[in-house]
Amino acid sequence: MTDRVLIDEGSVPKLPNHVKLRFNEQRKQWVVLAPERLLVPDETSVEILQNCDGEVSVSGMIDVLAEKYNAPRDIIGKDVIELLQGLADKGFIVT
Amino acid sequence: MSESIKPSTPQTDTETGDDETPVVAMDAPLALLAELTHRCPFQCPYCSNPLELEAASKELDTAAWCRVMDEAAEMGMHQVHFSGGEPTLRKDLEELVGHATKTGLYSNLITAGGTLLDEARIQNMAKLGLEHVQLSFDDIDEKNADHISGYKGGHKTKLNIAKWVRDAGLPLTINAVCHRQNIHHLEDFIQLAVDCGADRLEVAQVQYYGWALKNRAAFITTPQQLDEATATVEAARERLKGTLVIDYVIPDYYAKRPKVCMGGWARRFMNINPIGLALPCHAAEVIPELEFDSVKDHSLAWIWENSQSFNKFRGTDWMPEPCQSCDRKELDWGGCRCQAFALTGEAANTDPACDLSLFHEKIFGMAAAEALKPPPEFIYRRMGAKFNTPH
Ligand code: SF4
Ligand code: SF4
Repeated sequence: MTDRVLIDEGSVPKLPNHVKLRFNEQRKQWVVLAPERLLVPDETSVEILQNCDGEVSVSGMIDVLAEKYNAPRDIIGKDVIELLQGLADKGFIVT
Repeated sequence: MSESIKPSTPQTDTETGDDETPVVAMDAPLALLAELTHRCPFQCPYCSNPLELEAASKELDTAAWCRVMDEAAEMGMHQVHFSGGEPTLRKDLEELVGHATKTGLYSNLITAGGTLLDEARIQNMAKLGLEHVQLSFDDIDEKNADHISGYKGGHKTKLNIAKWVRDAGLPLTINAVCHRQNIHHLEDFIQLAVDCGADRLEVAQVQYYGWALKNRAAFITTPQQLDEATATVEAARERLKGTLVIDYVIPDYYAKRPKVCMGGWARRFMNINPIGLALPCHAAEVIPELEFDSVKDHSLAWIWENSQSFNKFRGTDWMPEPCQSCDRKELDWGGCRCQAFALTGEAANTDPACDLSLFHEKIFGMAAAEALKPPPEFIYRRMGAKFNTPH
């Protein structure tokens, strides 16, 4: 067992193997699936979750989003880390 | 294993029931509960299966289950849970797992163990795309565990299976079925999950349906025991935050408000029983006024929309007082219909777990009194058992 997953800019997050990000064709909807859980992430969350592949670092994600939305890096950064930490505490994200 | 197929006991059942899932009411269901068989090598007295169990000869065949999964995926369902009885008694389980993968459904195997689930089968199912295994335990003490489940050697098979599941790289949930005869081992139970390398632990207090209701006095804890268990779980959650997810299901007898049973009647789940009847909840067969339809006669989509049993308690129109004018009616949907029927004799009544129910005091008092007396002998779950009383 490891300690609680703490997300910071250096983290390289990924979905644990029982959690799947899938596009449901019938519903035209992204969903995060775990045995007893189901999450319908909003557009931004989907973008972030798609990058949780165990290769991209949090700081990398922030750079891309800050550029894409032309928004201040510190504000985007705070949001991204908060979102990932929330997902990590629920077991949807590991590092 | 069938003591707490999660969607039926979603006290903490989770994001399927809260604001993170903006799924609208008459939308398609989210998950299919496939009760592949009622056969089981275990005889758990807390089993929530109906007292009248279906024989092997009447079970749906492989092709029928595959068609049911095709239809589920077409409706937009996300998940299939293979349960029972003991689903590993089905020789075609591998085939069904493979088919689930083809349809894109997230597959979860809900098992109690036994000798038929060996390492080779687990490896094979992992290859075929099985995505998660949920394994129940009865205690950490082998002797007591085997006594509870009525299966000598059963506990050992579970320990082996837990290891093989992890070796196969499959994610594992340990389901700790808790009650007055093992609740004092809860701390060790939690450690067992950690030692097994489980990703998730479900501490599920027995829910009183089917066989469990017959055995309630043998299982029900006192409110004090329950409080202690809750404190233990909360401390462990804090300690293990981010490393082991712990879901906690309490018997709602001691709650003020009922659980959001099945995420609301006919709102999120379809349960198909071993012979192909579609049920809004796995315990629904106890309610005499319901008419069930079979997947042999209709498509899942037709049943979801038209079956009398699904429409009977869907939404809020059917609700009597106090639910009808209550501002929680779209939060808990009036609680559990099967429990309302079993305990009050009327399925449309407010679930007596709610303290606004006129029956609440009486039932709570009865249960609490049972918990103080010495536990009676178990009535083990067996095919073809006969009872004098209607339960
Ligand atoms: S007897 Fe036990 S293992 Fe078998 S279905 Fe019932 S609860 Fe599950
Ligand atoms: S009265 Fe009905 S709707 Fe209100 S809290 Fe109780 S069970 Fe829920």
